[in-house]
Amino acid sequence: MPDQPSRPQSSGADRPATASGPGRVLIVVYAIFAVGATSRAAVQIATRFDEAPVPYALSAFAAVVYVLATVALARTGRAWWRVALVSCSVEMTGVLVVGTLSVFDRAAFPDATVWSNFGMGYLFIPLVLPVIGLLWLRRTRPA
Amino acid sequence: MITGYAIAVSACAAGVAIWAFVLVVLHREPEKPLLMGVGAIEALLAVQAVISVVMLIGGGEPGSMLTFLAYLVGSLLVLPLGTVWALAERTRSSTAILGVLCLTIPVLLLRMVEVWGGASA
Repeated sequence: MPDQPSRPQSSGADRPATASGPGRVLIVVYAIFAVGATSRAAVQIATRFDEAPVPYALSAFAAVVYVLATVALARTGRAWWRVALVSCSVEMTGVLVVGTLSVFDRAAFPDATVWSNFGMGYLFIPLVLPVIGLLWLRRTRPA
Repeated sequence: MITGYAIAVSACAAGVAIWAFVLVVLHREPEKPLLMGVGAIEALLAVQAVISVVMLIGGGEPGSMLTFLAYLVGSLLVLPLGTVWALAERTRSSTAILGVLCLTIPVLLLRMVEVWGGASA
C-alpha cells in the first residue's frame, strides 16, 4: 500500500511511526489479544493452576508478550521500536515452537494456550499477527 | 443470557463491521452514520448486559461466574474504548478499526453463550 493519504507524520522523519495510519489497526488487534490473553491467563492461574501448570504459565507468558508488543507499537521512538521488534520476534518464535509442540505432543498441552496448534482456536490470528507486526516494523524502521 | 437475542446482536455487529470494511475499500474516514451504527450496537450490548444480570440474580449459573462477568464487562468496554482510539487520528484506518471492533462482538457473545451454557473457560 504505497503512498497512502494516511501517511503518518513523525517529527520530520519520512518513515511512519508505528502508531500511525494502518499501524493503529494493528495495535487494536494486539490490544484485543493482550486483554484476552491476560484475562484468560489470570482466570486459569487463579482457579486451576494445578491442573496444567505448563500451559497456564505459557498463557501468562504469551499475555506479557502481547501487552509489551501493544504498548511498544503504540509508542514512538527508537527504543520502543526495538522493544516492539523483540516482542514480535518472541511472539513469532512462541507461536511456531508452541504450535509445533502442541501438534506433536498433545499430552504436554492438555488445555489450550493461544499458541496451541498455531492459534487454530483463534482463527490463526496469533500466527498471522507477528508476521504483519514484523513487516510493519520493517516499514517503520527508524532511520 | 437469551441466546436468540445474543445471536441477533451478533448479526447486527457483523453487519456494521461489513459496512465499515466497505467504507475502508471506498477510502472513507469514519462518518456520523457509521458512528451511530457503532453506538446502536453498544446500546444493544447494554440491554444484553441488563438481561444477563437480571437472569444471574434470578438464579442463572454460568459454568464460571468469574469468566462470564469478565466477558460481560469486556463486551461493554470494547466499543467505547476502541472508538476513542480510532478517532484519535482520523484516517481510513480509523474506519478499519471500527470494523475490527465490531467483529470482536460476535466472538465475545459466542464465548458468553458457551460459558452461560456451562463451559468453564
